[in-house]
Amino acid sequence: MTDHTEELHVVTVDVNGVRRTASVEARKLLVHLLRDDLGLTGTHVGCDTSQCGACTVDIDGQAVKSCTVLAVMTSGSSITTIEGLARGGGALHPVQAAFHEHHALQCGFCTPGMIMSVRQMLGQNPNPTESEIRHGLAGNICRCTGYNNIVRAVQSLASEAPRHD
Amino acid sequence: MIPASFDYVRATSLSHAIGLLQDDPDGNKLVAGGHTLIPTLKLRLASPALLIDISGIDELRGIEVADCIRIGALTTHAELLASKPLREVLPIFHQAADMIADPQVRNRGTIGGSLANADPAADWPAVVIALKGELELAGPTRRRRIAARDFFVDIMTTALEPGEVLVAIHMPRPNRGAKFRYRKIRHPASGYAVVGVAATLCLRDDIVSEVMIAITGATSRAFAADSASTHLIGKPLSTENIAMAASLTGEQAECLSDHYASADYRKHLVKTEVSRALASLNGA
Ligand SMILES: Cc1cc2nc3c(=O)[nH]c(=O)nc-3n(C[C@H](O)[C@H](O)[C@H](O)COP(=O)(O)OP(=O)(O)OC[C@H]3O[C@@H](n4cnc5c(N)ncnc54)[C@H](O)[C@@H]3O)c2cc1C
Ligand code: FES
Ligand code: FES
Repeated sequence: MTDHTEELHVVTVDVNGVRRTASVEARKLLVHLLRDDLGLTGTHVGCDTSQCGACTVDIDGQAVKSCTVLAVMTSGSSITTIEGLARGGGALHPVQAAFHEHHALQCGFCTPGMIMSVRQMLGQNPNPTESEIRHGLAGNICRCTGYNNIVRAVQSLASEAPRHD
Repeated sequence: MIPASFDYVRATSLSHAIGLLQDDPDGNKLVAGGHTLIPTLKLRLASPALLIDISGIDELRGIEVADCIRIGALTTHAELLASKPLREVLPIFHQAADMIADPQVRNRGTIGGSLANADPAADWPAVVIALKGELELAGPTRRRRIAARDFFVDIMTTALEPGEVLVAIHMPRPNRGAKFRYRKIRHPASGYAVVGVAATLCLRDDIVSEVMIAITGATSRAFAADSASTHLIGKPLSTENIAMAASLTGEQAECLSDHYASADYRKHLVKTEVSRALASLNGA
């Protein structure tokens, strides 16, 4: 195998409203930039195959699996992680509060990614049906809850009376 | 799960990307959405010397719906799912995009990356073949177009030559009254197509005037089911004719076999999915 020069690349991103600059190898995954360099460990790594969604963050308004994005590719973007949702003063973000209220987590490992996906889903479709909720969370795996309470939490946030499929 | 080292350049234009690719066609690799390539790098199944990021090249973007339809290679699955003008003329893009992966993957993965990668279980190859698409390729010395049905050569192998970039997919505007269906049997773990069927159909006075069926997942490359189309043209879309078309498609398919689905099972799925796709277009 050839030995490639490990040239560092400067990445400047806006993370949860704060401008951050780091020097990274091209191979560094965004999730590792967030967790290891920026100390934002709320974003989790749950798999090796881009399937579990525990690493989901928001990049420029879109829910993305941060384990499948190179940090260098995001330079210039705005990123929101789970740490950026609650506005401070102890109050939870509405999606976090709904998860708490409806017992939509057990171990909590999938929760940050779930919440980032739910946030995008409700942004695009404020009043989803049960099957739309399940389809919309296809990229997030939960090993604990059996999903029903997650669906209930999302339904509680829907903007109108429940729609039926 | 950390990729081996490589270098990285953000290409500023198509000619910049082609030039970098040409420098070392074996060692340098394009990255678009990265949702096939980055998982491969993480598993160290590929170790390119240089990644050429094409995601900022404007010429590769956009959906244009006019007398012809042009879809830039960088168009994401999510953009194809959401585009209203595209859904009005070619609703099959919405149908298929909705069955690809999950919302997060759809936000990054591109149609160009999917076609260039030529995974035999990918969904878009069947769709672009069924729509009689042409792929626009740009290389060091020329631009050319190739029919989608001739683009897929074998497993992960396309007609792209060293140094060539897929620029866009072009499709004729369909006739009024044309109907479309994409159906898919998903692999339960990966979500990719065990068998996927894309069908387009025109009926005139209840007689099939145009039809095109393309299959993915079943064989080493997506293919056009020509024997079925030839059989259907000029006939009513009766139960017997649908069954015959399904059976002819099954015969044409030299199916793959793996630990999930044997070749016989895939052939069976090809037949049932073709008949279900056609039946759903009857009176639709
Ligand atoms: C969890 C998961 C589930 C998935 N499920 C499905 C599914 O159900 N169905 C499905 O079809 N796909 C599925 N995919 C694949 C996904 O659709 C990929 O995004 C897509 O196949 C590749 O697009 P990309 O832009 O990410 O390509 P990249 O990963 O960036 O590139 C893929 C390959 O194509 C080359 N390439 C990219 N763009 C061009 C271009 N313009 N010209 C020439 N070469 C180019 C690259 O060099 C590379 O070799 C899934 C992926 C994941 C991670
Ligand atoms: S860590 Fe599992 S999808 Fe990213
Ligand atoms: S709460 Fe444990 S994985 Fe979802």
